[in-house]
Amino acid sequence: MSAVITASGLSKRYKSSLALDNVSFQIAPGRIVGLIGPNGAGKTTALKAILGLTDFTGELNVLGFDPRKQRDKLMGDVCFIADVAVLPRWIRVHEVVDFVANVHPRFDRAKCEAFLARTKLTANQRVRQMSKGMIVQLHLALVMAIDAKLLILDEPTLGLDILYRKQFYQNLLEDYFDENKTIIVTTHQVEEVEHILTDLMFIRDGKIVLDADMDAVGERFIEVMVNADQADAARQLKPLDERQVFGKSIFLFDGANRAVLEQLGETRRPSISDLFVATMKGTYA
Amino acid sequence: MKTFYWLVKREFWEHRGGFFWAPIITGGVFLLLNIMGIITAEVLGASHGIHFGASGGLHNVMSEMDAGDMSKVGFALDLAMYSATALLTVVLGFVVFFYCLGALYDDRRDRSILFWKSLPISDTSTVFSKIISATVLAPIIAVVVGIVVGMLQLLILAITLSFHGVNVWHLLLMAHPFRIMVNLIGYIPLYVLWALPSVGWLLLCSAWARNKPFLWAVALPVATGLVISWFGLMGLFNLPTTWFWKNIVQRGLFSTFPGTGSLFGVNGESIAHNVAGGPNMDFMDLTNTYQLLASPNLWMGVVIGCGLLAGAIWFRRWRDDS
Repeated sequence: MSAVITASGLSKRYKSSLALDNVSFQIAPGRIVGLIGPNGAGKTTALKAILGLTDFTGELNVLGFDPRKQRDKLMGDVCFIADVAVLPRWIRVHEVVDFVANVHPRFDRAKCEAFLARTKLTANQRVRQMSKGMIVQLHLALVMAIDAKLLILDEPTLGLDILYRKQFYQNLLEDYFDENKTIIVTTHQVEEVEHILTDLMFIRDGKIVLDADMDAVGERFIEVMVNADQADAARQLKPLDERQVFGKSIFLFDGANRAVLEQLGETRRPSISDLFVATMKGTYA
Repeated sequence: MKTFYWLVKREFWEHRGGFFWAPIITGGVFLLLNIMGIITAEVLGASHGIHFGASGGLHNVMSEMDAGDMSKVGFALDLAMYSATALLTVVLGFVVFFYCLGALYDDRRDRSILFWKSLPISDTSTVFSKIISATVLAPIIAVVVGIVVGMLQLLILAITLSFHGVNVWHLLLMAHPFRIMVNLIGYIPLYVLWALPSVGWLLLCSAWARNKPFLWAVALPVATGLVISWFGLMGLFNLPTTWFWKNIVQRGLFSTFPGTGSLFGVNGESIAHNVAGGPNMDFMDLTNTYQLLASPNLWMGVVIGCGLLAGAIWFRRWRDDS
């Protein structure tokens, strides 16, 4: 099956800054891609370009559509949950369900109502009376009832407590995701999505600095815990990053020889957040 | 078509206050003022010993009326019904004005545009649903409420008079509620055309302004008018000051008020002639009101309005929540 998203030479300039700088990437179907980057790196701009919400230069093909010209057709196959709860505050639960049921050809009303039945939401409740977690529950119920090919999540769990956050990803994996669907998620809470991602993309200053699937990440990046007496030897191998824990040094290597590293100390796969911090060093300096 | 119906329904949900409750409350207040007026008259009349209708004078007057007088009574009753609607149309003008200003701006401000735009709906249908809500849905509700209020008003009058022993029920039959309904509903297409430049301008500002659409929509034409007037005062450039205020500022901003087309749009003489020439005293008669169609002012407005609306759709396409 061909790629869900193909981008080549994507650029977007705001008045003072370059939000996307000649970005190219491909996303295949059946993947869960984490798009991770510091604030202002261009994550949201990239998502908005994919959704047809912003203009840009370069080539972008999403499910065979050009998002600039065919946003309305594209949205038949794409769903989107934005960083803050963006459901209109005046709308009631039954109104928004009625509305989406009647304008979206791929919406399954029974499914949506089944999801809602698991929550404390009531039909007559207005969005403005809900807590942030409840709004996200409602939005997720709507989105999961749509049989879309691509789901885009922009900081979906921002400001939610841990119960809502865990439940959010659990619902997504158990009741929604399958090999025909693709999910792109941006978040700062990297630890939470770490175990569900299949692909990882780091973005910094409008450029993609890392684009790999999780297996490749595990092979390419190695963390070694080294005793103080071997630290200098490890530094010779040009680690990406070094930090001290309990008198030992932890080095992060990119593409080093595993056999060599294993002689220095205990090796392991780095966590995404450590990898992220190492890659983004100096971003705010 | 189904999508469009739901889009308009969505507008109604969001603006139930302006579209539905505003005319109902206005009508209610109107009736209340009527009742208060009647009570005042009764109390004052009683304390001054005036017994209206007790002598049977009104009865005699009524029995002596000929057919011509009867049609005048009918016309007066119609006029009373129109008066209820007149108040509602002023309210409607304000509702439509502010609805248009917020229609493409409010959802950008609270960022719910990101939700609406994540549905498979084109920006053109979104903007059209707002135009139809403003120029068709809101007026229809106002007209229906207006007619009901007008009938209730006549009923209150009749009941009051019957307490005084005057039977006016058969007089009520001389009113023409159905003709009024046809005239008022029939006026709506004319309103759509006449209001188009205002609706277009307000929606354009609503779609374009990054903040404070009201200020842009009003300040821009008024400031331009002031500059032109200022040059005019100094006798410089010989700019058409009056023309600008009348045809740009007033026409552009206040055409959402129903009836302004009939007041300003048509050559006054043609209507006056018709009213004086024929026995038809119904100024709201469609043959009368549709004279507006002959006015180039109307059609210029339609053309400009369409241009402004195209601009609104374009901005709706590219402005996001930032």
